[in-house]
Amino acid sequence: MSEPVRESMEFDVVIVGGGPAGLAAAIRLRQLSPQTSVCLIEKGSEIGAHIVSGAVIEPRALAELLPDWRERGAPLDTPVTAEDMFYLTETGSIRVPMLDKVMPHMANHGNYIVSLGEVCRWLAVQAEELGVEIYPGFAGAEVLIERNRVVGVATGDMGVGRDGKPGPNYQPGMELRGRYTLFAEGCRGSLTKQVMAHYDLRKDADPQTYGLGIKEVWEIPAENHRPGLVQHSFGWPLDNGTYGGAWLYHFGENLVSYGFVIGLDYANTWLSPFEEMQRVKLHLAFRQHLEGGRRISYGARALSEGGLQSIPRLTFPGGALIGDSAGFLNVPKIKGTHTSMKSGMLAAEAVVDAMKTDRAEPGSYTQKVRQSWLWQELRTARNIRPAFARFGAMGGAVYAGLDAMVLRGRAPWTLHFKHQDNETLRAADLCAKPFYPKPDGKLTFDRLSSVFLSATNHEEDQPVHLRLKNPSLWKTVNWDVFHAPEARYCPAGVYEVADEQTAPHLQINAQNCVHCKTCDIKDPTQNIDWTTPEGGGGPNYPAGM
Amino acid sequence: MKILVPVKRVVDYNIKPRVKADGSGVETAGVKMSMNPFDEIAVEEAVRLREKGAASEVVVVSIGVQQAQDTLRTAMAMGADRAILVLTDESPEPLAVAKVLKTLVEKEGPSLVVLGKQAIDDDMNATGQMLAGLLGWGQGTFASKVDVVDGRVNVSREIDGGTEQVSLALPAIITADLRLNEPRYASLPNIMKAKKKPLETIPAADLGVDMTPRLTVVSVAEPAERKAGIKVGSATELVEKLRNEAKVI
Ligand SMILES: Cc1cc2nc3c(=O)[nH]c(=O)nc-3n(C[C@H](O)[C@H](O)[C@H](O)COP(=O)(O)OP(=O)(O)OC[C@H]3O[C@@H](n4cnc5c(N)ncnc54)[C@H](O)[C@@H]3O)c2cc1C
Ligand SMILES: Cc1cc2nc3c(=O)[nH]c(=O)nc-3n(C[C@H](O)[C@H](O)[C@H](O)COP(=O)(O)OP(=O)(O)OC[C@H]3O[C@@H](n4cnc5c(N)ncnc54)[C@H](O)[C@@H]3O)c2cc1C
Ligand code: SF4
Repeated sequence: MSEPVRESMEFDVVIVGGGPAGLAAAIRLRQLSPQTSVCLIEKGSEIGAHIVSGAVIEPRALAELLPDWRERGAPLDTPVTAEDMFYLTETGSIRVPMLDKVMPHMANHGNYIVSLGEVCRWLAVQAEELGVEIYPGFAGAEVLIERNRVVGVATGDMGVGRDGKPGPNYQPGMELRGRYTLFAEGCRGSLTKQVMAHYDLRKDADPQTYGLGIKEVWEIPAENHRPGLVQHSFGWPLDNGTYGGAWLYHFGENLVSYGFVIGLDYANTWLSPFEEMQRVKLHLAFRQHLEGGRRISYGARALSEGGLQSIPRLTFPGGALIGDSAGFLNVPKIKGTHTSMKSGMLAAEAVVDAMKTDRAEPGSYTQKVRQSWLWQELRTARNIRPAFARFGAMGGAVYAGLDAMVLRGRAPWTLHFKHQDNETLRAADLCAKPFYPKPDGKLTFDRLSSVFLSATNHEEDQPVHLRLKNPSLWKTVNWDVFHAPEARYCPAGVYEVADEQTAPHLQINAQNCVHCKTCDIKDPTQNIDWTTPEGGGGPNYPAGM
Repeated sequence: MKILVPVKRVVDYNIKPRVKADGSGVETAGVKMSMNPFDEIAVEEAVRLREKGAASEVVVVSIGVQQAQDTLRTAMAMGADRAILVLTDESPEPLAVAKVLKTLVEKEGPSLVVLGKQAIDDDMNATGQMLAGLLGWGQGTFASKVDVVDGRVNVSREIDGGTEQVSLALPAIITADLRLNEPRYASLPNIMKAKKKPLETIPAADLGVDMTPRLTVVSVAEPAERKAGIKVGSATELVEKLRNEAKVI
């Protein structure tokens, strides 16, 4: 069969991903250089459709990008008014005193509780007004590299059947060629992964380490709503060796954002992040906020937790990595929106520099990052997450307190990450099974009813986008040693073991995938490759996410 | 021959609609909206008729808020030639929509108006029929096959228990059913081209049409929750349960 010719289109800059990083870069490019043509693609069916975040955001980068954000009606409507941090035990809770002294990174004065999806939709309107061309519903499926320079990306083909053959509605992908390409795919980008490998960008960096965040949005009775309240917890139900905790934010019109983040360097193969997240809601500290309410949405997404030590080389001939694709998340703060936006803005400035002299690599981006508050901030925070990896939850918390009050982030040492998250699981017979209560259908739920609320949809007749590089490894490693951890860590129930008693094999319900990227990270031999499904597929998160 | 295709912007079919806490309607703020699926089928059919040479121009029209522009752009990316947005902040009822469409029909002079059989938000299944009534045109509703021959249009209609063949003199109204065709994807190159196709905006007030609502929504409620199902291990078990527990066979 002859390959149908792909159409192609030339732009000055192509941006892959419409999160805070990509949108901030697009806006900055057009502000600095209005004649520069900028094309942004987003795999979600619309901007914001795939965004999952807390989110308490710092408006710092936004104020630098669009100083009149208030007048323009940015959806930052709920200022933080009160905050609590609890250490949980199974039946009780201890409130951390003097939060702003002991855990200054958790102090949120001046910050806003938002739906990050809404903020992105608003940023997209600002970008389009400045002349950015935005195309949601199209996934970057292939990096175009010519003479060792990235020259753009190609979108995926549409209308290919499950068997890999073009169907009646077949539409070939399109080449979007750019003098510069910015990868803004967020955590664990599928094209970013290829670019990193091609240019060996991780050579001098620590391994990236990740967390998985699972979130629900609730609507609660008005009399229980306390807009601006921020609550975090650590401790129960996780053991001392596992990093994570829960959040609960009151925002908007009677909405509550509830969720749970867990470090993907966890060791117990029986652990189920989804069920941990469900059972924390039964603790009085959380239950009292949610009772009488109804759950209206559900989503999940991985986040980069490596911080400064894990940031790869940022540029290569023809482009750069920005936002969480590069790993610019401030982990102890669990905030990456302001840093992602800032990195996008700095990359935009570097691209404009590079265009003037027609340099292939926008190299000044790296210096700009190092000279900015972004670097300062990540430097100050750099030891806290690795301290948890090394000393456990209690030791890590003590270190964090010391770091804040005595060292003030200026410790002369830097703690390093030694392992990739896929290497930390222990064999099934060495781990204890946690007890997870059955869902009650009121406060706690099962996976399938949850995925339903993420409005996830993929065209049924298309190749499975979760690929096993070596299918036979599943039986010998995943099943025989770890007893199918993917069936537990996948927050969408994509992986199921069929015929467990007779001839166990893996069934992949790819249609349910919410694009969190956890399987691409945590699979013990990194045998699972997450690739982009047909554009527009995936969750359709509503406002509130 | 010109074809007019009205398209409605509705809550996307993938979204689970949520009733507002006060029961006054369905939450649409921040919810993904897209083209009514039956209207996609209508656009596809019109574009195919033009591609076959049976029509010369496909004009799409939407009556609604500014963002309905996106819906019109999608229709143009699928192949429609130009678009008209009748701008209003209200959510007009079928009768008002049909009246607005009548004024546009008089202005544009199409020989065929192809609509969706119903919009998936209100499920009224009325606009096409009302428009046919107002214009005094023939109608082929629930169409699963459309052929234009010698100044007539032959339509296969989906009816209870089978299909009915009707033959209409032009001009005529057609409403599209699910099986009429499978709409194409709007490809990226075509979306880019659609940005440059003409889109005319007319404020609804300028048309002088009485759009006053005639219906009052008393309340909107979610359907009662279904009881959880069970998984049966075999066909035998299923039959056993149907016979002894459900007592339906
Ligand atoms: C559970 C959780 C809670 C968080 N809480 C907070 C918080 O309270 N405050 C805070 O500031 N930060 C928070 N963060 C971090 C913050 O959300 C991220 O740092 C930020 O969203 C990163 O922005 P980004 O633009 O780099 O990536 P993303 O926001 O992930 O956006 C990337 C976009 O690119 C798209 N994309 C990816 N690959 C492709 C492709 N190949 N083709 C086309 N499109 C593609 C994706 O669909 C997505 O829309 C949280 C993160 C999580 C997961
Ligand atoms: C745009 C649109 C318009 C539509 N218009 C119409 C219309 O005009 N008229 C109409 O009648 N319908 C309409 N539908 C609904 C559509 O026709 C139905 O989806 C279809 O009738 C379902 O039949 P199926 O057998 O093909 O579905 P399937 O997907 O095969 O079956 C779905 C049903 O089977 C059950 N089921 C599936 N697997 C199992 C299992 N293992 N064990 C037990 N139960 C199982 C499910 O619970 C479900 O109820 C419309 C849908 C859309 C999206
Ligand atoms: S299949 Fe992978 S990416 Fe998709 S939801 Fe499950 S863990 Fe996340």
